[in-house]
Amino acid sequence: MTVVLRVEHLVKSFGGVRAVDDVGFTVGAGERVALIGPNGAGKTTVFNMLNGQLRPDHGSIQIDGVEVRGRRPRAIWRRGVGRTFQITATLPSMTVAENVQMVLLSFHRRLFDIWRPAAPRYRDQALALLDRVGMADQADRASATLAYGDLKRLELAVALASRPRLLLMDEPTAGMAPRERAELMNLTAALVAESGVAVLFTEHDMDIVFGHASRIIVMNQGTIIASGQPADIRADAEVQAVYLGSGAMFAPRPGGAA
Amino acid sequence: MGFYVAQFLGGLAQASSLFIVASGLSIIFGVTRIVNFAHGTFYMVGAFVAYSIADRVAGAWGFWGGIATAALVAGGIGVALERLLLRRLYQSPALFQLLATFGVVLVGQDAVLAIWGPEDRLGPRAPGLAGRVHLLGQAIPHYDLFLIVLGPVVLGLLWLLFHRTRWGVLVRAATEDREMTAALGVDESRLFTTVLFLGALLAGLAGAIQLPREAVTLHMDVAVVVEAFVVVVVGGMGSVTGAFLAALLIGQLQAFGILLVPRITVVLAFLVMAIVLAIRPYGLLGRVPALPRGTADAVEPPLRPASPGLIAVALALTLVLAALPVFAGDYVLALASETLIMVLFAASLQFIMGPGGMMSFGHAAYFGLGAYGAGLVVKHFGATMVTGLVAAPLLAGLAALVFGWFCVRLSGVYLAMLTLAFAQIAWSVMFEWTAVTGGDNGILGVWPASWAATAAPFYELCLGLSIAALLLLRRIVFAPFGYAVRAGRDSPLRCEAIGIDVQRFQWLAFVIAGVLAGLAGGLFAYAKGSVFPTYLDVPVSVDGLVMVLLGGVQSLVGPIVGAVVFHGLETQLVRLTDYWRLVVGVIIILLVLAFPQGIAGALGGRLRSGRSGTGEAGR
Repeated sequence: MTVVLRVEHLVKSFGGVRAVDDVGFTVGAGERVALIGPNGAGKTTVFNMLNGQLRPDHGSIQIDGVEVRGRRPRAIWRRGVGRTFQITATLPSMTVAENVQMVLLSFHRRLFDIWRPAAPRYRDQALALLDRVGMADQADRASATLAYGDLKRLELAVALASRPRLLLMDEPTAGMAPRERAELMNLTAALVAESGVAVLFTEHDMDIVFGHASRIIVMNQGTIIASGQPADIRADAEVQAVYLGSGAMFAPRPGGAA
Repeated sequence: MGFYVAQFLGGLAQASSLFIVASGLSIIFGVTRIVNFAHGTFYMVGAFVAYSIADRVAGAWGFWGGIATAALVAGGIGVALERLLLRRLYQSPALFQLLATFGVVLVGQDAVLAIWGPEDRLGPRAPGLAGRVHLLGQAIPHYDLFLIVLGPVVLGLLWLLFHRTRWGVLVRAATEDREMTAALGVDESRLFTTVLFLGALLAGLAGAIQLPREAVTLHMDVAVVVEAFVVVVVGGMGSVTGAFLAALLIGQLQAFGILLVPRITVVLAFLVMAIVLAIRPYGLLGRVPALPRGTADAVEPPLRPASPGLIAVALALTLVLAALPVFAGDYVLALASETLIMVLFAASLQFIMGPGGMMSFGHAAYFGLGAYGAGLVVKHFGATMVTGLVAAPLLAGLAALVFGWFCVRLSGVYLAMLTLAFAQIAWSVMFEWTAVTGGDNGILGVWPASWAATAAPFYELCLGLSIAALLLLRRIVFAPFGYAVRAGRDSPLRCEAIGIDVQRFQWLAFVIAGVLAGLAGGLFAYAKGSVFPTYLDVPVSVDGLVMVLLGGVQSLVGPIVGAVVFHGLETQLVRLTDYWRLVVGVIIILLVLAFPQGIAGALGGRLRSGRSGTGEAGR
């Protein structure tokens, strides 16, 4: 298995607080790794450093062996990192297909064209991708009018359109009904199997985590306290203490808190 | 030494009155989130009322009583404004709130003209403070010392009000988070009314205390509100202490700047603002504004190619317009040429406001610089019209390239203020640089080439260029570039995650808009045969905004309709009545009240789904 993402000695402090303290892990091609931990564990901070929204104080982040630490989000995307957001971020004034076409236009560096119409360009490719996420029949709908579950699927298509090496999913199933959650994660699993993309996701729904992750990394107070197969994590005494002790296992957290 | 101390004290006195007017603006914005352009109207009314009372009642009672009365009158007008107008607009898009307050400015100007007449007035000296104190060989007016004390006193009183009264705590809470404050059961409408009272009272007070220092004129409203905006934006919107610091900074800069570069003190304040905003995008003490939950701006529907019907209508209209010289006289053709120029100007503004989502208060800069581009090559090189019409978009585009680089780093009201700042800088350069631009006297003799010297060919030229520009804009909007610009407006967060450099696209869009506005300005110069600094002034920017907003910001048809309606209306009203501002102002206010979501929103089938595109909230 090739290592796609390699994180080493990652550190980030806010004021005097070490939100992330010497964190290191890898994610390999085809793996679906869940990053979990109670509120304030540092998951979101790690995520934001990976996607370029936060600049790490120390450490290294490599995508396919290339250092991307401290680069801008769009530069990191160029290196092969796709993203879905906890609260979906799509382009509401465009159709479903256009949302995907934008990624392809950007990927092929065609956005500075001021002359030829955009609508037909990369449309077939976009439709093929939408078909894979089951959205082809809604391709010409305004994305502003989609149901939430469909928006999530659109985001998945948008994130995968540039054929990334790594897919970052921030709480992919937040705000969804239980059945939709499982469907979305099954769809993700199928797409991962097809493309061999590496997936790292955060999630609070433990059914989703234990049912859909091939490996789990547990953080607490800025450090990794456990990492391994779901079965091992379930049996880990320290993980149990952290979750059961704080009672945070099933507590929903306020959106966006670190 | 003494001289510098005198300048320093003068700067402090200036800072005090700047602070008082700006603090009112800041408080109103903080709570209502409305950019109140009518704030200068409160100030002007305050000055005129104080003048009238001091003029009729002699002595200390007249003067000090006049100031107190003026502040209360202004406060009362603020209450009326809130009750009658603003209250109905809190859920409207920010641009419409702004448009409504523009309407109030126009009405206010003509109301003051009707009551007090057009003459400038000079107020009396302050009784009891008419003398001077001698300090290090310099005479310092007692009144300046009084002002120097008054500023900090007002700051202190405001601080006490905001930190020691329940009302003040509510105001601070609402400034921080209006929705949460309302959710906690605070009576918003009373809070807003009282905030408008306080804000307007401060503006009226600031206008009244300037009585012994400067003439009371009909033009002080816009001048003051622009200066107050600069102070508020530099200080950080909603921060009273920030406004105080900014006023001190700008007061001193003006006091000493006048020694170094006497001609460009106007520019100094704007330069400071540009620098501060480039370094601290939300002002000295400003914070990143909390994103409102449930934005009022409706989501635009996806682009659709024009229907065959619309294309047929457009073609027929073009043919009719092209044939206009056959059956229309010179006056109609001249008017039509001007209207076409306005259509071009409005369309260029719509491009950055609609697809780009960038609110510009200073689009006149590019229109005016276009006119100067043509005028200057004619004046200094005797250039032909074709050269002039090349120089026009070139100069405007160059300015947009430089100004735009700074502007796209900001968003919302801050962006709008920075565009205004650059427009004012461009205006003062053209106004003050007499040797090159002719200053106030402008540039005369910018006449079309002989082949376009009569009304008909010049009209056809305007028609051809306007239609070409509109088609180009349409082409751009439908091309990947236009999509990228719209994507940047839709969701900067998503753009960044799919490799789109939003600022770069906004910057280039800004330049394209500048170039086309410059072309409009160049044509305008030849249509009028002259170029004046007023082409770059605030009213031209306002005209552009009104045209775009009247027609609807979301489609290219909007600026066409808006420009034709507004320019036609204005031209006819100017002929019919001296009080055309009043009529235009009332029409604007009524339109905003009738269509609080915008005319396009009322007529077009806009999608109002709130389910998507709220990704920004996750940042």
